[in-house]
Amino acid sequence: MSSRDQILQRIRAATADITSPPDVPRRYSPATAAGAPGSAEADDTLIDLFAERAGDYQATVRRCPYADAARVVGEAVASHGARRIGVPRGFPAEWSAQLPEPVPDDPPLEVAALDILDGVVTTCAVAIAETGTIVLDSGPGQGGRALSLMPDYHLAVVRAGQIVATVPDAIAALDPLRPLTWISGPSATSDIELIRVEGVHGPRTLDVIIITTAFKGDDVRGGGPYAVCG
Amino acid sequence: MTFLGMPGAPPGVGQLRQAEPFPTAAARALEDSQLRRNLRHATSAIRGKRAAAVAEVPDWEELRAAGAAIKDDVLAHLDRYLVQLEDQVTARGGTVHWAGDACEASQIVIGLVGATGESKVVKVKSMAAQEIGLNDALAAAGIEVTETDLAELIVQLGRDTPSHILVPAIHRNREQIRDIFTREMPDAPRGLSDQPAALAEAARAHLRRKFLSAKVAISGANFAVAETGTLVVVESEGNGRMCLTLPRTLITVMGIEKVLPAWRDLEVFLQLLPRSSTAERMNPYTSMWTGAVEGQDFHLVLLDNGRTATLADPRGRAALRCIRCSACLNVCPVYERAGGHAYGSVYPGPIGAVLSPQLTGVADNPDLPFASTLCGACYDVCPVAIDIPAMLIHLRSRVVDDKRAHQRTAEAAAMRLLAWTMSDSRRWSRALRLGRAGRLLGRHGNRISSLPGPLAAWTASRDLPRPPRQTFRDWWRTGHRE
Repeated sequence: MSSRDQILQRIRAATADITSPPDVPRRYSPATAAGAPGSAEADDTLIDLFAERAGDYQATVRRCPYADAARVVGEAVASHGARRIGVPRGFPAEWSAQLPEPVPDDPPLEVAALDILDGVVTTCAVAIAETGTIVLDSGPGQGGRALSLMPDYHLAVVRAGQIVATVPDAIAALDPLRPLTWISGPSATSDIELIRVEGVHGPRTLDVIIITTAFKGDDVRGGGPYAVCG
Repeated sequence: MTFLGMPGAPPGVGQLRQAEPFPTAAARALEDSQLRRNLRHATSAIRGKRAAAVAEVPDWEELRAAGAAIKDDVLAHLDRYLVQLEDQVTARGGTVHWAGDACEASQIVIGLVGATGESKVVKVKSMAAQEIGLNDALAAAGIEVTETDLAELIVQLGRDTPSHILVPAIHRNREQIRDIFTREMPDAPRGLSDQPAALAEAARAHLRRKFLSAKVAISGANFAVAETGTLVVVESEGNGRMCLTLPRTLITVMGIEKVLPAWRDLEVFLQLLPRSSTAERMNPYTSMWTGAVEGQDFHLVLLDNGRTATLADPRGRAALRCIRCSACLNVCPVYERAGGHAYGSVYPGPIGAVLSPQLTGVADNPDLPFASTLCGACYDVCPVAIDIPAMLIHLRSRVVDDKRAHQRTAEAAAMRLLAWTMSDSRRWSRALRLGRAGRLLGRHGNRISSLPGPLAAWTASRDLPRPPRQTFRDWWRTGHRE
């Protein structure tokens, strides 16, 4: 008998006494329609909460209207002295206009090329207010998983309409079949005396820019996680 | 002997068994004042933070109840969910392997690494891999393993063993870690300081080249979703992302109980786990992937190694709900003083005291169910509501039953004699009067501080009151009249 069949047989023997499996009580706060991406109501409290919680992880959070995005992206990158910035396919051209040395990730860069980048700019699929998390799903403007990992500096641009309230909202909005990376602040460790230290293997600096207004037909409230903007 | 004769984790491989009795190991650990300082410092800091992170969530108890019930549902239908997981992973280009025990799992991994032609692998911290002694097996097969988690690296470079589920090097403080790095890392910077940030930087530089050249990675998994085939790794440093993303071949070793029924269930566990383990609203990085992605070869090794034996005990199986958060370690007064090494297993603390003896069979870890004060703090903080105190008591009875069935101990003989004596009132009265002979002892201070012969074990850690002149029965008959 194969190990597979043996294990399955043991499981059946071990659980033979369970006649009435438990119901799962889901009395916790469920996903809210109000927090779903693309919901009609602009919610400044959601933006505030996301900004505050992302800031708690030592991420620098900036807000700007769509029209100012290029300038604010350029300033954020310059404030870290970063020059060579990886730009994923689908990242809005207007937003990357003031980068000192944009390096297009199109076709995707090899690992050795990623290693010599100073930083990377990406969009995201969803952001979670309650936990200050951004989620990448390799969609437009985000590149492959290695692109946002190798450079020491990561600037993530979040459209206000992509911010959901809670973890259940994010789970409802995401597609499990895409490779997902949930990012909450810069790389960190608590391995020495259980004290949090920012910056180990992933980017040591995370900046977040929240685009607060719509521009050029790009409704910040609309589109859901996969809308290509710009 | 495990429950109902199901095969447990095999002896001789991996790290699940006590090498020496818990009291012996704990007594030695207690003499190490540095260790106790390190543990007290680390656990007291995390306790306060965890409480704050949990207090922030208004529906915490509801999440906890859902988490427990989802895991119970998993255990009740484990066969169905595993087959579903296998179907989904396979359909999306991954390969699923089944390993009955530690030896088989290591052989599968060695075979998979061998097939790539590589002799070096990078590894993400994995309790399952620790449990089965995978690093030793790979080394014996000529495969060089680099641990990439900071704490695992500290343990590996220090030729040490882990002492905590989440922070395996919790027994080391910053000066000790600096010394290990300076001694064992050829590329450690000169004059390395003991600041945690500088130590993290040194590890970053040391591992960077290894990540870039790695062709094969080995990981564990926190969750696997049966419905979609999605694997989840929760981490902090980014070493997980490096290992999961850069190498061409990814081998994930996962205990069979880690499966979750549906994608939606993650909304519960991604709230419970980070706040319970590192006391954060969310851990820095969580990676999720479904099947083979971005051109990788993906292999999933499903591990039993005593889990079905654990599943077979209706009063012990809830230990398999465990999501390895380590909150129970951080609140445990016994763990805080004895440290993780005293438990002799990769699973120390309260959860280890109920999990290790079930994985191996109670005969191989007979002290662990007793390594607790039953204070209940572990149950209070457990995010999946495992009633560890009740389970400890149950396992204590299993240890006693097992000894009775398999060993002719002096204790068992004494208990048989006692049963015979107590079953007859005259025999019992006579025995009680005989007990007055004990008055010869304890003439000083009316306490007996050490009994003679094998009975000395009883007074090793406690005094015995000196027997009274008259037994209660005699007093009742003579002095107590209506």
